Amino acid sequence: MITSLRNIFYFAVMAGLIVLVGQMQSWNLALSILNLCLISSVMALGVNMQWGYAGLFNVGVMGFAALGGLMAMLVSMPPVQEAWTAAGGGAWVGMGIFLLTLIIAITLYRKLPKNGLRTAAIMLVVIAGYVLLRIYFDPTTKVIEKVNPAASGYLGGLGLPIILAWPLGGLLAGGVAWFVGKITLGLRSDYLAIATLGISEIIVAVLKHEDWMTRGVKNVTGLPRPVPYEVNLQNTQWFLDLCERLGTDPVTFSSIFVKLCYAGLFAVVLLLVLWLSERALRSPWGRMMRAIRDNEVSASAMGKDVTARHLQVFVLGSVVVGIAGAMLTTLDGQLTPSSYQPLRFTFLIWVMVIVGGSGNNWGAVLGGFVIWFFWIEAEPLGLWLMDVLTAGMADDSALRTHLLESAAHMRLITMGLILLLALRFNPRGLLPERTQQ
Amino acid sequence: MSDPLNAAALLANFVIVPAIAYGSQLALGALGVTLIYGILRFSNFAHGDTMAFGTMITILFTWWFQSLGLSLGPLPTALLALPFGIAVCALFVLFCDRVVYRFHRAKRADPVIFVIASVGVMFVMNGLVRFIIGPDDQNFADGERFIIKAREFKQLTGLSEGISIKVSQSITVVTMIIVVAALFWFLNKTRTGKSMRAYSDNEDLALLSGINPDRVVAVTWILAAALATIAGTLYGLDKSFKPFTYFQLLLPIFASAIVGGLGNPIGAIAGGFVIAFSEITVTYAYKKFANYIVPGDWKADGLMQLLSTNYKFAVSFLILLMVLLFRPTGIFRGKSV
Amino acid sequence: MSFLLAEKMTGGYGGADILHECTIAAEKGEIAVIVGPNGAGKSTAMKAVFGMLDLRLGSVYLDGEDITRLTPQDRVSRGMAFVPQNNNVFPSMSVEENLEMGAFLRRDDIAGTMEQVFSLFPILKEKRRQNAGELSGGQRQQVAVGRALMTQPQLLMLDEPTAGVSPIVMDELFDRIIEVAKTGISILMVEQNARQALNIADKGYVLVQGRNRYTDTGEALLNDPEVRKSFLGG
Repeated sequence: MITSLRNIFYFAVMAGLIVLVGQMQSWNLALSILNLCLISSVMALGVNMQWGYAGLFNVGVMGFAALGGLMAMLVSMPPVQEAWTAAGGGAWVGMGIFLLTLIIAITLYRKLPKNGLRTAAIMLVVIAGYVLLRIYFDPTTKVIEKVNPAASGYLGGLGLPIILAWPLGGLLAGGVAWFVGKITLGLRSDYLAIATLGISEIIVAVLKHEDWMTRGVKNVTGLPRPVPYEVNLQNTQWFLDLCERLGTDPVTFSSIFVKLCYAGLFAVVLLLVLWLSERALRSPWGRMMRAIRDNEVSASAMGKDVTARHLQVFVLGSVVVGIAGAMLTTLDGQLTPSSYQPLRFTFLIWVMVIVGGSGNNWGAVLGGFVIWFFWIEAEPLGLWLMDVLTAGMADDSALRTHLLESAAHMRLITMGLILLLALRFNPRGLLPERTQQ
Repeated sequence: MSDPLNAAALLANFVIVPAIAYGSQLALGALGVTLIYGILRFSNFAHGDTMAFGTMITILFTWWFQSLGLSLGPLPTALLALPFGIAVCALFVLFCDRVVYRFHRAKRADPVIFVIASVGVMFVMNGLVRFIIGPDDQNFADGERFIIKAREFKQLTGLSEGISIKVSQSITVVTMIIVVAALFWFLNKTRTGKSMRAYSDNEDLALLSGINPDRVVAVTWILAAALATIAGTLYGLDKSFKPFTYFQLLLPIFASAIVGGLGNPIGAIAGGFVIAFSEITVTYAYKKFANYIVPGDWKADGLMQLLSTNYKFAVSFLILLMVLLFRPTGIFRGKSV
Repeated sequence: MSFLLAEKMTGGYGGADILHECTIAAEKGEIAVIVGPNGAGKSTAMKAVFGMLDLRLGSVYLDGEDITRLTPQDRVSRGMAFVPQNNNVFPSMSVEENLEMGAFLRRDDIAGTMEQVFSLFPILKEKRRQNAGELSGGQRQQVAVGRALMTQPQLLMLDEPTAGVSPIVMDELFDRIIEVAKTGISILMVEQNARQALNIADKGYVLVQGRNRYTDTGEALLNDPEVRKSFLGG
């Protein structure tokens, strides 16, 4: 089996690189890279479902990941009692209006016959809901934001274990994906791309500006962890015993141990998603998806509802992206709305999928590892390169300072070039999709 | 006290004048997108960054001219630099076509492959712009700032609300009219322009008629680069130049092009104004306006703003969704393929 | 040698051959018609003559010159014009612009040729400012033929020009085609309406499975009992 040998080879090289970073730089860094590689891989798996299985171009990966992140915060942070008290009934009224609007809209969608009238009616309900929300809820948000703005100024969350946010974040992302997909799928492919670009900009704008919910750009820090804290570990007897047996320093090892715990959790999710994806791809459903992707016309002539299948896979992929987004925020331990930048998120994931091998789940995972690794290591490499290039120039040369300062932007150019080169010279990726006979 | 005159002046100053200028900028941007779509048949995600790139070159030339002491008097020096910006941007875009898109075109690749390739180009352009000029705000407007200042208008009319018109706004509108007229003349009256429309209408038949596809594609890129550079420079003069803002303009520009009907130039212009007017009317705070027109002692509480300016993209997005729901080919019936 | 001679054409779209040693010829000012059952390779033969299909064997000569290796575009400049069956106009351009685009390669004054086309199809003159996409099926075919004539071709090739038009319009179109031929232009035409087409044909080719089955004058084929029985419905 040449292909499986190749798989093993690539993953072995990847593991080797990470070990190399551990040896050369530090194990702490190596594990940080590994953790983000794992999350990237999950996200790439989600995008691969949409692109690799169905040929759908989702430019809103960032937005769906942000929804996962939002959920992580909403689930795990303890509620801010003062804010709830200050808000009084206002918060409940707001939530009531929101839910009622949602319920009426969904009921209309289900009960009315499908035509322009239904769309207009739903739109009217949503607009009415929005106006009511603005009238009754706006004053409340001001009150909430005034409660101890330096430390909280928001409602907080539910105070539940953060792990719960992973599936919930997926569900939230899936719900939004359903809404976008319902409108744009079935029309030409560019429309989905443009609409997802729009929805993700809006999601991030909401995260940045609805301070009563997310504290906006003030960030929510200190999300509860699903794994032990370093300080606690350093005071725990069994951990100290373990350190003694391994002969390491408890302070260093505690942070490595925490990262290993995260890595374990993420690996479980990755393997689960990967296993399910592989099962799905090999099932009759997966064969049908690929048949539709390869020839939409003949698939729909065979009686397959192409649009419905596309919607299904689009929602599923977004669920996975949402889960990964929640994992990412869990790892960061904070919700930082301004970190959701389209170039960093969406397009990096796309490069992962295309370089890894669209349509092949293992390829997406490998792409996640490779691209994240180089994304991180490109910065020191770029700086080093610029240092070498500018070594001959005088220390105070304006060009030299400018080049050194701008080295970070080289990453964007490099990623763009990698994407273009992959698309041209190796469009099937490092691990190409297996074509079944 | 009901005061319709002051209310009208207020609205003109804060809604109508800015929306006309912004609409002109969007229209020029959307024209570029729609041309590429009509001829090359894909949505060019790199268009926002093409605008940034062209504007950056224009800014660099502007600075150089300023250092040489060249100026246009009351008009911004950037107008003098604009042709150079267009030329460099066109060369760069043609280079991109040569090394990126031509390969996929020869293979007759799926439209979505072109879209992804344009994302790659966007990445590279974005990085280049930040690399060369940095990610920060750049102000390059010089010359007179206002044609008419709010204070002068008040003195002139005796109203308590003034209307100010910036030089950049009127330049934007005048330039837009000239560019659009020239473009339509080109497309409808010249041989090359007609061959472009023919190619967009029916590629195979155009080939049978002996129309050279390479030439059509090259002219399209040059036009798109020119439109992008002009739109970007006007936007930069009117507001300011920041690479990320230009990336974000992609959404309203796409929305404009789709609202008007992708591939339809008249639609792109109409779409630009629809989006601009919606965005500004929806995000304008009507408090003062309401106080003027509602008779009696009633005073508005709150800003009376339908949507915070933070969510201005949402306006483009919602209009986009409505068009897709009710009329996916756009108001002016673009291409649906 | 005939003005157009396509000799022993063999080839297909990759994979299996569709044409097998198929030979088609047309004289100056003559109408040649290709007929045959569905899937006989009629349109394929026409495309092969025009260079839209790679031939494995055989050659195409125009006015004694070997043009087998030329691209369709080059054949246009050599005096061939092709009217496809579908999508044969520029729908969002006016009738007049459609005709102009037909003459794209010409650098001389095209006003005279346009007048000729208008006198051949008077309705087009009336609708010259209207978009071709807004015209009826028959009028659209006239635009398509007119566009092809604008290159001043010596050989006009028509792929099922009467597909989807009413019998009256069909008769009128055929009349016009005869008129075109009278000006000295050779015509090669694929037709579904075999009987009517052979009526106006100087020469007829009956193809079956990519091979020549019968070749004769139109009249002779119409009178051949076997051809009548098998291909013309008795």
